[in-house]
Amino acid sequence: MSERIAVRKTYKLFIGGKFPRSESGRSYPVQNSNVALASRKDVRDAVLAARAAVKGWSGATAYNRGQILYRVAEMLEGRRDQFVGLGVPAAEVDEAIDRWVWYAGWADKLTQVYGNANPVAGPYFNLSAPEPTGVVGVLAPTEPALLGLVSVVAPAIVSGNTVVVLVAEASPLPAITLSEVLATSDLPGGVVNLLTGRPAETAPWLAGHMDVNALDLTGVDDPELAAELERAAAGNLKRVLRPAAGPVDWTADPGVGRMTALLETKTVWHPKGV
Amino acid sequence: MFEYAPAPESRAVVEVKPSYGLFIDGEFVDGEDRNKTVNPASEEVLAEVAWAGPANVDRAVRAARRAYDEVWGPMSGRDRAKYLFRIARIVQERSRELAVLESLDNGKPIRESRDVDLPLVAAHFFYYAGWADKLGHAGYGPDPRPLGVAGQVIPWNFPLLMLAWKIAPALAAGNTVVLKPAETTPLTALLFAEICQQADLPPGVVNIVTGAGETGRALVEHDGIAKVAFTGSTEVGRQIARSVAGTRKKLTLELGGKAANIVFDDAPVDQAVEGIVNGIFFNQGHVCCAGSRLLVQESVYDEVLGSLKRRMARLRVGDPLDKNTDIGAINSAAQLDRIRELSEIGSSEGAERWSPPCELPDRGFWFAPTIFTGVSQAHRIAREEIFGPVLSVLTFRTPAEAVEKANNTPYGLSAGIWTDKGSRILWMADRLRAGVVWANTFNKFDPTSPFGGYKESGYGREGGRQGLEAYLDV
Repeated sequence: MSERIAVRKTYKLFIGGKFPRSESGRSYPVQNSNVALASRKDVRDAVLAARAAVKGWSGATAYNRGQILYRVAEMLEGRRDQFVGLGVPAAEVDEAIDRWVWYAGWADKLTQVYGNANPVAGPYFNLSAPEPTGVVGVLAPTEPALLGLVSVVAPAIVSGNTVVVLVAEASPLPAITLSEVLATSDLPGGVVNLLTGRPAETAPWLAGHMDVNALDLTGVDDPELAAELERAAAGNLKRVLRPAAGPVDWTADPGVGRMTALLETKTVWHPKGV
Repeated sequence: MFEYAPAPESRAVVEVKPSYGLFIDGEFVDGEDRNKTVNPASEEVLAEVAWAGPANVDRAVRAARRAYDEVWGPMSGRDRAKYLFRIARIVQERSRELAVLESLDNGKPIRESRDVDLPLVAAHFFYYAGWADKLGHAGYGPDPRPLGVAGQVIPWNFPLLMLAWKIAPALAAGNTVVLKPAETTPLTALLFAEICQQADLPPGVVNIVTGAGETGRALVEHDGIAKVAFTGSTEVGRQIARSVAGTRKKLTLELGGKAANIVFDDAPVDQAVEGIVNGIFFNQGHVCCAGSRLLVQESVYDEVLGSLKRRMARLRVGDPLDKNTDIGAINSAAQLDRIRELSEIGSSEGAERWSPPCELPDRGFWFAPTIFTGVSQAHRIAREEIFGPVLSVLTFRTPAEAVEKANNTPYGLSAGIWTDKGSRILWMADRLRAGVVWANTFNKFDPTSPFGGYKESGYGREGGRQGLEAYLDV
């Protein structure tokens, strides 16, 4: 009896809820697998998918979004061993699961904590409430591959944004496996889009894309590249989250800054009268 | 048109000096250059004003940094609050003087500078004064820190009000500031500098550097500032965003707009028409959140347009200092050229232009209130900010179409909704991509109410609790 021949996985992109190869037909080797090498056309396709998903996701009830993020945690919990098998430390997987749970609980609290009534000097009802900014381009950190990725994606989508994530070149496998988790968590297609490959090649197209509303540069280590991308982002005045000034402790309390940086405040006035 | 006797406000309440210096470190000093500022209603030269070059900008930033390190930073919030309350009171006490000077230098009707700008200026200082010793309760953690020196660049449409929107939250949060007023409207900022002296505000906490774009650039690009706040055109906003890229400077931008003012068939027409007029003709249409695109439901188009034209025929255009004036002077020759150019493009692209019979003064910069009908979404007058008393009229059939058209713009500063149906207001408000939504009202402002845009109208909010975030290290 010979040993069973394993069925290997093809590591592809995650765009619009589907798993396409790069339209460029390119790939690059990582840990004995051939990982899709995304092109600028893949970036544009991913932005289209993300834009198409904004209406449904931002229009979903906060309760619904919270439940779906919690469902992601459930699905991730069930796949713990798979991530460990890819070399992600067990403690990091646990932290990533808990982070989804933490953000899931924020979905129906952001509006209460960051919105408020305003006592204007006149007979008017006046209410300010936060809203998602729209499509967010994200450059994910290289390390920690799973926790870092979760820590930039969850705060963006919890409020109703959709994301196009450029996964760090050196650590794509946990990201692709995470996309399989996302695909089975009732998350609508297009809310999270993950592109593997070389961010240094594709990021300028994402940063300069006129239908992207915000850019998270957290994963950019090279200050020159970060500055170049921030300049490109100015073309349509994207909200920019700059890389941290120093090293980031991803296991620390994440705080609310990543969520609030990707929110708009809308204020509605109406006269009072009889 | 009813005949009114002229009712001019007295110029005697304010002394316009022949020349003004820069305000640096608590004193007025000479600049590298001098330029004249004119009354746009008469083209009369009002005063000579110093313009700051890089050396004086540098002096101002250093003075602000020193004041931050030695005085304003270490000062308790309670004491900062008292200075801001003091400033608010002096503004109230000298409000007529400031209002007349604002109308002289800007061209806006005295009725607006007196009844809108100045009360809001005082209220803004009063509101943020109260935050200075309560920052830990603002929702940004128990002890949010200021940033340092804020470089602030403001436009000419609401000169003193924009100054208040910039300086009050910055100082309340514990920052010091270097502010550059617009080159065509420096005078009230310089009178404000005298108010800072009168309030015994420590030297260097507020510095005013007058000048044009080069002065602004020197300020924004200076290494010594930690924060840039800009209100103005989207094009300059883009340049500033590029220039701070790669630095640690915090940036907030309040830029252009092309707001839709949406009138449904169940709206009370007279109120809606007042709102349309206020939306586009308030402050000569020099308003970034102006309701410059009127979207009228087809079934009431004829009725709304007829009523709007009758109302427009009663607008009084003329002397800004006359208390009966509704529409004053265009702020500058350059702005008048821009309004004329875009209006001519409106006609040449096929829209139909209409203005009421309207006698304009011979001298000064004037433009009659104007509407364009038959405008399509592709027309430049429906896409570009005109920043003048020019309204583009479009139509729609369904609420979904109204949302689609309203959002079909790179801007997202404000929007208006006119309807009697509450559920429709809330449905529309959810879908309009704009930072301020006025329902059955328009162009209302309050220091407690956050103001600022989505998309290419910029980022950050001014006013309210949210307005503090721009000046805190959070």
